[in-house]
Amino acid sequence: MRRRSETYKIVTKKELAPKEKMFEIEAPDIAAKAQPGQFVILVIGERGERVPLTICGYDRAKGTVSFAFHEVGKTTKELGVLCEGYCLENVTGPLGNPSEIKNYGKVLCVGGNIMIAPLLLQAKAMKEAGNHVTTVLGARIKDVLFMEDEAEAVSDKLYIATDDGSKVNTGLDFLKEVLKTEKFDRCVAMGPVVMMKTVSEITKPFGIPTIVTLTPLMVDGMGMCGVCRVTVDGKMQFACIDGPEFDGHLVDFDGLVKRQRMFLPEERLSSVLWEIGGCKCGRNKA
Amino acid sequence: MAETKPKPKPKIKKEAVKMPKQKPKERVKNFNEVALGYTEEQAIEEANRCLQCVKPQCVGGCPVEVSIPEFIKCLRERKYAEAIAKIKEKNALPAVCGRVCPQEEQCQVNCVLGKIGEPVSVGRLERFLADWEREHGFQMPEKAKPTGKKVAVVGAGPAGLTAAADLVKLGHEVVMFEALHLPGGVLVYGIPEFRLPKVIVRNEVAYIEKLGVDLRLGNMVGRVHTIPELMKSGFDAVFIGSGAGLPQFMGIPGENLGGVYSANEFLIRVNLMKAFKFPDYDTPLRIGKHVVVIGGGNVAMDCARCSMRLGADVCLLYRRSREELPARHEEIENAEEEGLVCRFLAAPLRLIGDEKGWVKAMECQAMELGPPDASGRRRPIPIKGSEFTMETDTVIIAIGQTPNPIIQRTTEGLVADPRHGTIIVDENGKTSLEGVYAGGDVATGAATVISAMGMGKKAAKAIHEYLMNKK
Repeated sequence: MRRRSETYKIVTKKELAPKEKMFEIEAPDIAAKAQPGQFVILVIGERGERVPLTICGYDRAKGTVSFAFHEVGKTTKELGVLCEGYCLENVTGPLGNPSEIKNYGKVLCVGGNIMIAPLLLQAKAMKEAGNHVTTVLGARIKDVLFMEDEAEAVSDKLYIATDDGSKVNTGLDFLKEVLKTEKFDRCVAMGPVVMMKTVSEITKPFGIPTIVTLTPLMVDGMGMCGVCRVTVDGKMQFACIDGPEFDGHLVDFDGLVKRQRMFLPEERLSSVLWEIGGCKCGRNKA
Repeated sequence: MAETKPKPKPKIKKEAVKMPKQKPKERVKNFNEVALGYTEEQAIEEANRCLQCVKPQCVGGCPVEVSIPEFIKCLRERKYAEAIAKIKEKNALPAVCGRVCPQEEQCQVNCVLGKIGEPVSVGRLERFLADWEREHGFQMPEKAKPTGKKVAVVGAGPAGLTAAADLVKLGHEVVMFEALHLPGGVLVYGIPEFRLPKVIVRNEVAYIEKLGVDLRLGNMVGRVHTIPELMKSGFDAVFIGSGAGLPQFMGIPGENLGGVYSANEFLIRVNLMKAFKFPDYDTPLRIGKHVVVIGGGNVAMDCARCSMRLGADVCLLYRRSREELPARHEEIENAEEEGLVCRFLAAPLRLIGDEKGWVKAMECQAMELGPPDASGRRRPIPIKGSEFTMETDTVIIAIGQTPNPIIQRTTEGLVADPRHGTIIVDENGKTSLEGVYAGGDVATGAATVISAMGMGKKAAKAIHEYLMNKK
């Protein structure tokens, strides 16, 4: 259900890498207030689920907000086939607390997979706040790596790492060497849970404050359902209203991984049904 | 009819006309409405039981003071349009109230007939009229001349909808902000379809929009606009009716296991997102065979009854005894007819998970009742050595909600109760900030739909007075 000023129209659709896409959506109210670190919740159509996606850009003058997604489940696959000009049912935001952006000195920004897009928004803000920014981009293989040029532009130093080592570094182990020679005042990590866990483990002995962005399951995304509860420093926190950013050295990542897999069988079913049946509801006529 | 008889003693039927319902065995397999509503003849018959007291006691029991004898008089004269108009003078959501109000503690408890038999079924008559109107088309009430004043209403739940309707009728421009993608608040995310069909909420909201209220969905005040920003951007007053949305957990080990839901999560998935229609609808819900619902309020009953409809055996675990159950008597009765098993005087100690991180059992402790606590109910006291284990694969925690903290956190100068998170208001809903009013669960803590509506109404009146006296 839409009301007046907000149309939630897809203004631009960009393919970042295979199965990884970025949408720029018309949503002036969100664009006016969005800040790095916040997220939106979108509903694709009347029967759609509420999907949280981290904001990776906004244009206050144009009244647009951008987010990137990896086609992994039913909704993201369905999003992937939507075209420019299509209007989503609803986009709510900005939600969550903004990142703390200030001049820390030297900042290490580590982004993995699809979260590279929102990480670069934060890296840019860190750079503009006067920080010396070192960026690490990680991906499974080099073919799914994207936005290297954008990363180059906002970073004083750029490292690339892929799991298969096809591009410069294999895995994140090289970071340990980097940290031995360079001193950082803050680390920001955004990506898969395992990656954020690894980064937090690497930075801990060096005493670098490390902020991770958690993306657990959510339904309402505004504090109502509690499905996004995570244990931080032994206490229950809601990622949607207390986060989504937390101290990486205090997060119970293993508990988070388990909770993220809660609905895996249902998610698979939904995804398979969509793939074999395609969309029957006529939503994609645009 | 009764009053025209020559002898002054009218025949009084002691028993109320029964509400036609779906049979328990059938209804536990579907999400259709349980209570089917009176037919016209049944409604007339029930309306005829009303004594038309000169000094009616019922009206005083209604938080929004509906003119009960008047609407019943119109009803029995078959002037349905007039009857519903009479209700709508005071109550903007009669189809909702007729279904979910606890009339047995409000208007009906005061009914004189209740002393010799059953009171008049005011709620069922209200529902009959509201449903009649929906079938026959809404009539729009007259609106006052535009005042040029603009009011923001935060939250499209019972309190907000009521305040918005009253304010727009008084001639103010009203913009209503709702954080979710659908309007109705607890009426859509909390109360299940079989108790309150969503088409009814949609219709009530449509009526309020037709009155001229501008509804903005997916707009979370506190994040998109803060209250001070609203006041600066041209609103003359704000009403906050953001509800009690934050779920409470028990703080026992195992609450993060799979299969453990807050009542809010469970109900939002089922009601708002229609997970009971998965995979036709995208939102999933996994429910096991043995569900335990912890708590004893109406929300707990709703969770239990939804679970049974999803095919599970359900056990309700409540730490006090049956007498202290806070849920409506009617709901407990309905739930038990549908197969609910209650385990009283027991509370959970910890949840035990399997190797995949899914809940498989719950360790509990038996309780006994001690002297009354601050709430006036007898305090449950654990019995030493009474620990026992229950097998379960789904646990729903329905032990209460507190207000969402976002508005309080983002509004400087707004005084809130540090313990309960409720916004502090006077009897008219006025907060510590000029021009800012609040009502409903955000001010009282979790309560009923009608008490929220009552506060919305009072606040609307106070806002009107404030706006008209300003300059």
